[in-house]
Amino acid sequence: MKDKIRIASGQGFWGDLIDAPIQQVTKGEIDYLVMDYLAEVTMSILQKQFNRNPKLGYARDLPELMKKILPICKEKGIKIITNGGGVNPVCCADAIIEIAVEQGIKNLDVAIVLGDNIKNHIEDIIKSGCELNNLESGESIRNYKERLLSANVYFGAAPIVEALHKGADIVITGRTTDTGLTLAPMVFEFGWDFENYDLMATGTIAGHILECGGQASGGNFLGSWQSVQNLAEIGFPIAEAFPNGDIIITKHEGTGGKVSFDTIAEQLLYEIGDPAEYITPDCVADFTSVQLEDLGNDRVRVFGIKGKPATEFYKVSASYSSGYSAVGSLTYSWPQALTKAKAASEILRKRLENLKLDFDEIKAEYVGYNSCHGPLSNKLDEEQLNEVTLRFAVRTSDYSAVERFGKEIAPLILTGPPSVTGFAGGRPRPSEVIAFWPALIPKSYVKPEVRILELK
Amino acid sequence: MKVRLLDIAHGRSGDKGDAANIGIIAYDENGYQIIKKYLTAEKVKNHFEGICFGKVERFELPNIRALNFLLHNTLGGGGTVSLKLDAQGKTLAAALLRLEFEIES
Repeated sequence: MKDKIRIASGQGFWGDLIDAPIQQVTKGEIDYLVMDYLAEVTMSILQKQFNRNPKLGYARDLPELMKKILPICKEKGIKIITNGGGVNPVCCADAIIEIAVEQGIKNLDVAIVLGDNIKNHIEDIIKSGCELNNLESGESIRNYKERLLSANVYFGAAPIVEALHKGADIVITGRTTDTGLTLAPMVFEFGWDFENYDLMATGTIAGHILECGGQASGGNFLGSWQSVQNLAEIGFPIAEAFPNGDIIITKHEGTGGKVSFDTIAEQLLYEIGDPAEYITPDCVADFTSVQLEDLGNDRVRVFGIKGKPATEFYKVSASYSSGYSAVGSLTYSWPQALTKAKAASEILRKRLENLKLDFDEIKAEYVGYNSCHGPLSNKLDEEQLNEVTLRFAVRTSDYSAVERFGKEIAPLILTGPPSVTGFAGGRPRPSEVIAFWPALIPKSYVKPEVRILELK
Repeated sequence: MKVRLLDIAHGRSGDKGDAANIGIIAYDENGYQIIKKYLTAEKVKNHFEGICFGKVERFELPNIRALNFLLHNTLGGGGTVSLKLDAQGKTLAAALLRLEFEIES
């Protein structure tokens, strides 16, 4: 057994710093590169791409990235784990193998994890007695099943561990929890028992710290943010894991950013609900048990973590089409910038009303004045306000109403308040609104499947 | 004595469906005792009048000198549906740090 492993975070979401994984595999020693590509909305986007072209539906940055890192990872023995397979892990793996062949790489095992995509089985699942009720509204999914864009179960670490046991150098999954990507190599390398819930929670919390990339190493840090050096060359976080469950969060030497008690504490709190009940497919982790010790030099020890048995359910995230929205903006300058922007908003509302367009929601915000903090914003002497941007948004199920709204923005330049600019991007176009359907499914209803593709 | 939260704590916020979560971390133990005592769910709910339209849940994490707040019905329908510029509540931690409150000195 190794006495420690180093797991490096390479992406915090699809669209993150493209070169971060390259830095992680070249600027120091690591054993695993883990990359989270899937936000909730990403699955519906990938499902749409797959519907148009059944060869797509995965994070297309991934094969491009592999061109750059595969030879290095192969040489150094770095294993790659990612959920970038999206709704099509098979084609994603095929694309990666194609690149490996082009590069003359041999002896490469690529594992794919399947079974999370339940979009085509909703009918059967309902027939078997699971209504996939919305966790927030309690409503059955029956009335929405025609409008579903995607439906996926969140698997945990277990299928990834199975893939690693089968010899995988690269593991490509569909919808897997972000935390499972990091927990899995610890379970595999140290032979952790899946029923040792303190250890499962330890790997899970390390995964939670890593899952947003640079957000754990000084990015988006609201503490003493100006004390963070060289964000331009930020080092993404690395978890050093030890067999006894000790974790040290750090980053490569010489990179920018900061790993400290404060940066890790902020990331621990990111997007959590009840901290004592952080539910994953692997365990229920207790964030109130986490101890942090700042060791200095961008090293923070994370220890003392407690966990409880996992629940009987997997979480399901389904998405469905829920109308259209569009956003337009115009910028007004001093004098009376805010008064002008508000007048423009009123004129626009009146015109939309006269057109008898029916919107579910209309929202006007004043960027540069109160768009972030609304009624909490400081009241300003308008004389001091140099400019303000009116941001006007509408949403409704009627595509044509949203399209017509898009044609009402530009005319305000010649037919509204003066000293206005900022309409260079053309008419705002309707974009489809995707809503989410969170639900639970008994674990017995779905079974992860692990396949190995061997390149000899 | 009047305290401004910005001067004793930092934090991070994000979305959980239509709810926003705001984690607030005190810079030191003294600060934690202050936020533990004075930063109640009710105070947070009142602060976000006109922004948060649901209940506010409060959780304590003494291990990292932190409180976590869950503000229900706050993001205008949730990340992808919301028309708000800050649809994911990313700036709400900073908005809470504006809060000023009286403490016994």
